[in-house]
Parts: sequence; C-alpha cells; structure tokens
Amino acid sequence: MQSESILKVKDLKTSFFDEGNEIKAVDGVTFDVPQGKTLGIVGESGSGKSISALSILQLIDEPGKIIGGEVIFKGKNLLENSDKEMRKIRGNQISMIFQEPMTSLNPTQTVGQQIREAYKTHQGIGKKEGNKKAIEMLKTVGIPSPERRIDQYPFELSGGMRQRVMIAMALACKPELLIADEPTTALDVTIQAQIIELIKELQKDLGMSVIMITHDLGVIAETCDYVAVMYGGKVVEYRDVITLFKDPKHPYTVGLLNSLPRHDIEQEELIPIKGTVPSPDEMPAGCRFASRCPFATEHCFVNLPELIDIEENGQIRCWIYTDEWDGDQEVKVYEPERTS
Amino acid sequence: MSQKELLKVENLKQYFPIKGGVFGRTINNVKAVDNISFTVYEGETVSIVGESGCGKSTTGRSILRLDEPTEGNVQFDGVDLLSLNKRKLRQKRKDLQIIFQDPYASLNPRQTVSQMLNEAMEIQNVVPKNERRKRIAELMELVGLQPYQADRFPHEFSGGQRQRIGIARALSVDPKLIIADEAVSALDVSIQAQILNLMKRFQRELNLTYLFISHDLGVVRHISDRIIVMYLGKIVEIGDKKSIFENVQHPYTKALLSAIPVPDPEKKKERIILKGDVPSPINPPTGCRFHTRCPFATDKCRKEEPVLRNLDYMEENHQVACHYVKQIHDGEHKQVY
Amino acid sequence: MTTYIIRRLLQLIPVLIGVSILVFSLMHLTPGNPALILAGEHAPPETIRAIEKRLGLDQPLHIQYFDFLKNAVQLEFGTSMRDRLPVIDHIKPRIGTTIALAIYSTIFSIFFGLIIGIISAVRKYSFSDISLMIIALFGLSMPNFWLGIILIQFFSLKLGWFPPSGWGELSQIVMPVITLGTAGAAIIARMTRSSMLEVISQDYIRTARAKGVSERIVIYRHALKNALIPVVTIVGLQFGGLLAGTVLTESVFAINGMGKLVVDSITARDFPIVQACVLIIAVIFVFVNLIVDITYRVLNKRIELD
Repeated sequence: MQSESILKVKDLKTSFFDEGNEIKAVDGVTFDVPQGKTLGIVGESGSGKSISALSILQLIDEPGKIIGGEVIFKGKNLLENSDKEMRKIRGNQISMIFQEPMTSLNPTQTVGQQIREAYKTHQGIGKKEGNKKAIEMLKTVGIPSPERRIDQYPFELSGGMRQRVMIAMALACKPELLIADEPTTALDVTIQAQIIELIKELQKDLGMSVIMITHDLGVIAETCDYVAVMYGGKVVEYRDVITLFKDPKHPYTVGLLNSLPRHDIEQEELIPIKGTVPSPDEMPAGCRFASRCPFATEHCFVNLPELIDIEENGQIRCWIYTDEWDGDQEVKVYEPERTS
Repeated sequence: MSQKELLKVENLKQYFPIKGGVFGRTINNVKAVDNISFTVYEGETVSIVGESGCGKSTTGRSILRLDEPTEGNVQFDGVDLLSLNKRKLRQKRKDLQIIFQDPYASLNPRQTVSQMLNEAMEIQNVVPKNERRKRIAELMELVGLQPYQADRFPHEFSGGQRQRIGIARALSVDPKLIIADEAVSALDVSIQAQILNLMKRFQRELNLTYLFISHDLGVVRHISDRIIVMYLGKIVEIGDKKSIFENVQHPYTKALLSAIPVPDPEKKKERIILKGDVPSPINPPTGCRFHTRCPFATDKCRKEEPVLRNLDYMEENHQVACHYVKQIHDGEHKQVY
Repeated sequence: MTTYIIRRLLQLIPVLIGVSILVFSLMHLTPGNPALILAGEHAPPETIRAIEKRLGLDQPLHIQYFDFLKNAVQLEFGTSMRDRLPVIDHIKPRIGTTIALAIYSTIFSIFFGLIIGIISAVRKYSFSDISLMIIALFGLSMPNFWLGIILIQFFSLKLGWFPPSGWGELSQIVMPVITLGTAGAAIIARMTRSSMLEVISQDYIRTARAKGVSERIVIYRHALKNALIPVVTIVGLQFGGLLAGTVLTESVFAINGMGKLVVDSITARDFPIVQACVLIIAVIFVFVNLIVDITYRVLNKRIELD
C-alpha cells in the first residue's frame, strides 16, 4: 500500500433498508487514494461505485445508511465527524461533481448565485467579492464571456457548459480531493474530451487528488493512475492502471475487457460475460461473481475470498490466486487470458 | 454480399417548425435532417454515427414515417414509402422494424411478452393462429430467453432481457430491415456484448439488413459494413468501415475518432480537441456546417457548402464533404488553430 | 415575457366574450318573460310591452347582446327588480367585503398550507408529518358551511370569544377566514408536501449538500422555490373556488357581501343583480388566472424558452 494516501476507505458498508429487507449496495469496500493521483472506480450498474463515493461525503439519503467501516481523510475518520464538521469538509476540502449536468444544477438560480454560494459557505465572502471570484473561476474552467454567463440560468447553457459550471463550483474552494461521479457519461464524445482535458489540467494546477467513477474503461485508461474494479458491492481488483490493462487478473475484469467493442482496433469477436448481475436475494454468499464466472467452483459459491495483496499496490479478490483454489489448475498457471 | 438495393433515401429533409410570437406562427424551423441521400443494400449493416443533434435518430424515424418527412424520397424494396396510405404503410411496417434505446418505454407494461408477440404476429398476419404458440417459444429461445418466461410482464425482466424481448418482437414478423436506434447504448458492456453477438448471429442466419444508429464508435466498428457520419443534419462522410476507421478523411470524423478514450493506457495518441459546442440546428452555420469548429476552416468554408465526393486516392465507396480534403491529405493545407 | 403577456391578454378576449354570452343567455334561458316578472303577473299587456321596450327586449337577440355588452363595459347593469336602484349601487358597497374575505382567506391558506407542507416534507413519515396530514385530510373533507357552524357553536356560543356574525372588526374576520380558507390550506399543504418531497430527491439538492451548505439553506433556498412552482397553480385555482365559497360563508356568518347578495337575489329572482355578480366574479377569476400564469413563468424561467 502507498505510504502517502490522502484518503483510505476501509471495509465501508452502506445498505438500503426497504420494508425490513436489507440491500447491501456497498458491502465492505476498501481502497486507497494516493496523494495527488487519480483513482478510478470502474464497474457496471449496481456495482456500488456511486454509492461508495456518496458514502465518503455522507450524502446517502433515506432509506440508505452507512453501517460500518472507516473513511480516513488525512488521518481522520470522517465517519466519526458531526454533521457540522462534515459540512465544513464538503465543497471545501472534498468536492464532488455528478453525472447529469442537466439536473445537477438548481434550475431557479443563476450560475453566479450557485458558485457564489460555495465562497459564502466556506469563506464568508459576500456578493460583490463572490461575483468577482465566480467570474475568475468560470474563466479557469474555460467558459467564454464569464461576465455574461454568471447571470444566466442553467437551462441557457449547453450540457458541456453546465458540466464546466459544476466543475467551477466544485473547485471554487480549492479542494484537496475531487470526486467525479461519471462526469462525462451524459456528454457527447467531443465534449467529453474537452471535460477530461480540463479535469486533468486543473488537477495538475491545483495538485489535487481525484476519484474518477465511471463505467467506461476508455476514460479509466486515459485519466487514472490506479483503478479499483467493483462488482456486487465489493472491490474485486485494485491495480495500477498500466498493470490492470496489461495483465488483468480477476475473471470479471478480464470479462469486461473482452466484452468491450473497440474503435481503435479490429476485433473478430466479443466475448460477453454470461448471464446478468443477480438480484440481491440471488447473490451468491461466496464470491459475488461466481454465478457468472467461467471458472467458478462449488467452493467459490460458498466462500467469500479476501482482498489479498499480489504485488506492490495490487490486490485481488479471487480464489484462483490463493492456495485454496480447487478448480482447474491450468487456469492458475495460465491465468484468464485477454482476447483483445 | 448481394448488391440489391433494399432502402434508398434521396434528398430527405425533416424540419420541425418552431411556433412563437404573439400569434403562434411558425417563426423558424429546426433543420434536424437537411437533404441527405444514401442507399442500404440487402444483407449489410449500415451505421449512422454522430453526436446528439446530428439528426441520426430523426433519419430513422423519418424513414419509418414515425415523423412525416418534410421532403424527399424513400424507396424500400422498390416501394415508395412516402406515397403509401396509412393502411398500406402499416402492412409495409412488417418488413421494417425498429428497436429503441429504452426497451422498457417501448414495451406495453400491461401485456405479457407472449400477448405482445402474439399481437404483433396477428396484426401482420405472418403465422397461422394455431402455430403462434410454438413460434413464440421459438422466438424466446432464439433471443436467449426461456419459453416459460413469455408469460411474464416486462417489469419482471432486466434491461438486457428487455432488449432481447424488443428484438424478439421485431423478429416475430420476419422483417427484412431492422432499424436499431441506440439499441445497445443503455446497456452495461457485458450485456451489450451479448446483444451485439445476438444481432450479428441473426444477420447471418436470417439474412437481415440493419440500419444501426449509434453514437458509440466502438460498437459501430464492431457491427457495421458501411458507416455514415452525420453532423448537424448533413452527411459529412460515408464509406466502408475499413476506410472510415483506417483512412479517415473528414476533419470532423477525425476529431470524433480522436476524442474517444482508448481503453489502453500505454497507447499514446494525438488528440484533436474541438473548440466549442455543436451549433443550434435552428440557424445552422452557412457554407460547411462544421466550419465554426473546424481547425482547417477558411472563408470558402464559411460561404460555400461542400458536396459529398470521392477522390481518386480514396476507396471506391468513400465520399467526403469537405473543400480541402485533398489538400489536407497531401499536407498542403494547414490547421488554422 | 412582454410577448407572452400580450399573447395572454389577447387570448382573454374570446374567453371574456364567451363568459358574457353565457351570462347574457342566463336571462333568456330562465323560464318566463323578464318583463312579465318585472311588471307582475296581472299587469296589462301594454305595460308589459312598455317594459319590454324600455329594456330593449323587443329588439333582435344580437342587438340585445351588444347593448348588454356595451352597458356591462360601463358597469351599467340595469336596475334591481326589488328596489329599482341601479344594480351597481348594490354591488359597490359589498364587493370590497367579498374580495377582502377572499384575499384574507387565500393568505390564510397559503401561510398555513406552506408551513404545514414544509414541516411534513422535512420530517417525512414522522409523528408530526402523519398527524398534520390527517388534519389536512379532515380540513379537506369538511364542507365549509359546516365548519362555519361548528366554529360558531364552539367559539361564539360556548366560549364567547368571537361574535357569530358581521364583518369589519378583526374579531369578526377570524372565523369566516378560517371557514373559507381551511380547505385551501389543506390542499396547499398536501401539494407542498408532495412537491417538496419530489424536489428534495432531485440531483441539484444533492449538489447543494455536496457544497457543504446547511440543511436550512438547502430547504429554504434550494428546495422551496422549485417546490412552489406547481403550488402556484393550485393557489390560482383555489382563488376561483374561494369566490364561490364566499356565497356560503357569507350566508353562515351573515356578512353583507356579494356572496350573500347573490343568494338573496336568487331567492328574490332579482336577475339583473345575479347576472352582474356572476359576470364580475367570472371576470375577476379570469384575471386572477392570468396573474397566476405570469407568476408561474417568473418562477419557472425555463418555460420562456419554449
């Protein structure tokens, strides 16, 4: 593990309670965000990646609840903070941007009002000074004629512009950590490219750390230093980005890469992962991926593997890489192979 | 591949009027599709790609007359679709099916899958009544579902399964052409791959023709034979998959391809970052519609609209609408920004 | 915005013409010849003809209508059948009372409706939420005349806190306003609650929280304005209902307003007064709706684009 981590999440658990049923959306998630680096969290819908991010800032709404674990930010466990202490961190030391720039801005407030509020909340800056700073910030995120823009409402801006406004708002107080939850998913590719460049540039300028949550392996490859792959509310693989793409180890990671249609190379065939994500009541008690894994044995279905270190800064949660593996020994020797 | 023309679209225009002013008159038009022509041959997959607002979905809807086209000509299997009356058109829809992005919104929540498939077959009268039950079971298996699941309602299925049902419904009437409008865009990658493989298999086995509308160039590269690139209601480039991906010509297509993140952290590449947003289709730019964002644009681009043309160094089917395509290719015309 | 207001004002023209035609036909649809009613059953035919001539009833229908319209615009509604005084002299001293009653009741509805709705939404599924919503349901289901009678029984006859009738003193205003405003308050409370709950689950509320602002600011600065947009429409519709409600409320509390005037005039078959009152109430209603629509657009800037 890295010695210098700005954020360490340990065994985080968040559940949703619906008429007595507990749905374990985040089920013991552990990862590190190294200082000044970008951690990618990748997974498909229902993997718990967004809920993990919201749990870090304790933005989970009813009927959801964080029920265990630690979120250690600069040495302090945020889960022990009071509401008031958390509010001082949100938007100030840790900021967040969201997937839908269309709905994530308040439709009845001007762009200026919404950015100013960040300064007012954390630095007690009034309207006049706040406007000046908001204009400055809009300029920083590349919005043309910011003096005019601050008096506009979100609906007057394009999707890309709105995401820039979101970024301006999130970075207003120069946070040390930015959590970006699918920030480009709703945008067209040419706009996505602009926003990704912008986030990278600002990260360098401000020296901040970033958590990039996405389902897009392309975005992961282009923006991240480290990657946590999530499935069924758990991290199944944590690697540095080069190693993950060169030598993926978890059958789920391999499956994802083999399913992905690529625009940059010619592929003969896609190899999908069989089946679908099981519903919470059908989720295997052992390895969550067992029902879709081509290598799963009886042992996998019943027993949950631990997240074990396999290299420096690399962890995996899979029986294949333990001494207890009772399936095909060939798999272990050759390891699941990437087809593309 | 046979070279029979199955679908021929000529000078298709789709304008949506904007009402306004004190008396609510038409004050302007959204020029969603503005004079495009292309042909789809039997048994092939043609993809239309582009960003939101380029008119790709509208094109699909206009061909099916889900929106009545403003102008143009659509020939399907030798029949002029735009001249058919309502009843004839409904009969013809048997041959032209559409699959949408959101399978849930396009399925009636109060009908079981079996009722829905039965209804589709009844309307088009494709299978005798006593054989329909058997056909439904066949269709379910064909799309990778269990026959007994046909008695369930759409909400009992996952997103990927619903898309399979959408495909089963389209296939139930033995169509010739399927228009897939962002059909796999809402699905997770692992499920998306299952559906794409399924669609490819049906094409081989049933000799289907696809008009595949998508913004995802990875998916498009995987499934297409030919590709149409649209920008602001116009076709800017059209060609075989190989020539589009390996010998791309139009500055917009180049930027589009370079903008897509590559799932390989070790592959370093030149990225062309386009400035600004796509302009409004209400008052599209004059001349070449891409000139406001094009790194190569000159005065000529602002004034004259380029036409699709093939140049001698390109593949046979490759056409590009750009004044300077040759000069850029030869390195004689440099970027302005 | 100006274009919008002009367009809406133009749209009012056909509505107002429709209303006037309806009110005009009221006179002609009622059985019996108005001249006969005016003159009395045993009047000689020449008297009746004289009255018909004076009232213009011998003219073709469309001429009668245009005369009616011309007079109405000049607030000239003829004379009362009971005392032969101009109709407008009956309405003038009473209209202020009725409008005041409606406005006070609306303010009462909005004030309590919003407070109850917000408390319920913020503390959803709590004891206070459930009790408030049960009370709101009661308020909604109770006919207002009945509520008025209960209030008089309890607060006037039993406790002697408020006088049971009249209008003018603050003590006289309290009970009629409660009577008339309760149903509206209940509707606004329920509407505000559901609208707030919907808004609170929106993405931009999460954004505000992620910014670190306090829950109080989240509710009042970010959620409330957005939640009010649908509530405004309800308030507008309520106002129309309130005008109708004044009829019963004024009767129960013996308030000398337009509502009571209408009831008395109907009983006395005093058609010119009924006609004038209906017309005035309809016109007020139409204009209140216009104001509501404009408020709606001011709150919800997005519509302006469409």
